[in-house]
Amino acid sequence: MNLYHYASPSTFYPWAGKLIPWFAALALILAAAGLYIGFFVAPTDFQQGEGYRIIFIHVPAAWMSMFIYVVMAFWSAIGLAFNTRQSFVMARALAPTGAMFTFVALWTGALWGKPMWGAWWVWDARLTSELILLFLYVGVMALQAAIDDPRRADRAGALLNLVGVINVPVIYFSVKWWNTLHQGASVSLTRAPSMAQTMLWGMLIMALAAWMYTIAVALARARTLTLERERQSEWVRARLEGQP
Amino acid sequence: MKPRHRKLALIVLVVAALGVAVALVLNAFNSNLVFFFSPTQVANGEAPTGRAFRIGGLVEAGSVRREADGLTTRFVVTDTARSIPVAYTGILPDLFKEGKGVVAEGRLGTDGLFDATQVLAKHDENYMPPEAASAIEQAQKAQQTIVE
Repeated sequence: MNLYHYASPSTFYPWAGKLIPWFAALALILAAAGLYIGFFVAPTDFQQGEGYRIIFIHVPAAWMSMFIYVVMAFWSAIGLAFNTRQSFVMARALAPTGAMFTFVALWTGALWGKPMWGAWWVWDARLTSELILLFLYVGVMALQAAIDDPRRADRAGALLNLVGVINVPVIYFSVKWWNTLHQGASVSLTRAPSMAQTMLWGMLIMALAAWMYTIAVALARARTLTLERERQSEWVRARLEGQP
Repeated sequence: MKPRHRKLALIVLVVAALGVAVALVLNAFNSNLVFFFSPTQVANGEAPTGRAFRIGGLVEAGSVRREADGLTTRFVVTDTARSIPVAYTGILPDLFKEGKGVVAEGRLGTDGLFDATQVLAKHDENYMPPEAASAIEQAQKAQQTIVE
C-alpha cells in the first residue's frame, strides 16, 4: 500500500465522498442512543441531582476539543515535513469543528458551574487554559483567512498549530498540577472510573458520536477545500463537466 | 537521512524545546496558578498577606452555624491537618455541605477569622446514584462500628 496514493487530491475526493454518509449515519445513531441513555436511563446523581446530565455533552465536547487540536497539529507537522498539500487541507478542515467543541465545553461548563459551584466562570487553571484553546482555534482560522496565498497561509497556520499544541497537555493535567476549582478526571486510562456504569456508558457513546460527527464534517469540509484548490486541475474539470 | 525526515526531526525538536520552555515558565509562575491555598499553606505563611486570596478544603463536619440574621454563615475549612474559621454573608451554592469541598475568597483577619466575600462549592469527581451513595455510607458506618 502506498500512502502517497491516498494523499493525492484526485484519490481523496471520491474516497472521502464515499465515507461521509457512513460516518454521518453512525454519528446520528450513536448520538440518539447516547442521549437516550443520558436522559432516560442514567440515574440521578446523589449530590447534583439532574444537573449533572450536562456531562453527556460537556465531557465529550471537552475531549474532542483537545483531541482535534492534537490531530490538527499532527497534520500540520506532516504537511510541513513532507510538503503534502492534502495534510494542510485536513488541518484546515478540522479547525472550525474543534472551535465549536471548545465553545460547547466552555458554555455547558458555565451553565453547570452557576448552580453547582456558585459561579459562571472562575479563572482557575483548567478553565483558563481551555479558553486559551478557543483563542488558538479562532486565531489559526483568522491567520489563515488573512493570508491570500494558500501555501503561505497553510504554513503560517501549521506553525501556530504546532506552537499551540503545548497547551493541550496543560489543559489535561491542569487539574493535577495545580489545585483548581474544576474537579479531577472521573475517567482515566490508569484507574477505574469513579462513576456509575450507565452514566459512563452514556458518556462514552456520546464521545464516540462526537468522533463520528467530527470525521464526517471534517471530510466534507476537506472535500470542498480540495475542489476549491484543485479547480485548475484536469480531474476537477472532468468531474464538473459531468455534472450540470 | 532524507531531507523530509530531517525536517520532521527538526519540527519535533522545536516543539519539544517549546514544551520545555513552557514547562519552566509554568513552574516559575506556580504560585500564581494556584487557585486556592490550603489551611496548612496559610499556617506556613505561604498565602499572601494584606490582599484577598482563596482558601480551599473541606467544610468540617458539624461546624456550620447560621447567624440570627439568616444570611451569615460560619463554618470551618479544614485540610484535616489545619483548619481556618470562616464567616460569610450571602447565598451559598447548592453543593455546599459539611464534609464536602469548598473554596472561599476573602481576607484573613488578624484574629484568624477568614472574612469571605464569595463561597464556591468544589465538586469531586464521583458520580453515582443516591442508592449507591447511601450503600457506601452504610458500609462505612458498619466498618466504623467494627473498628470501635
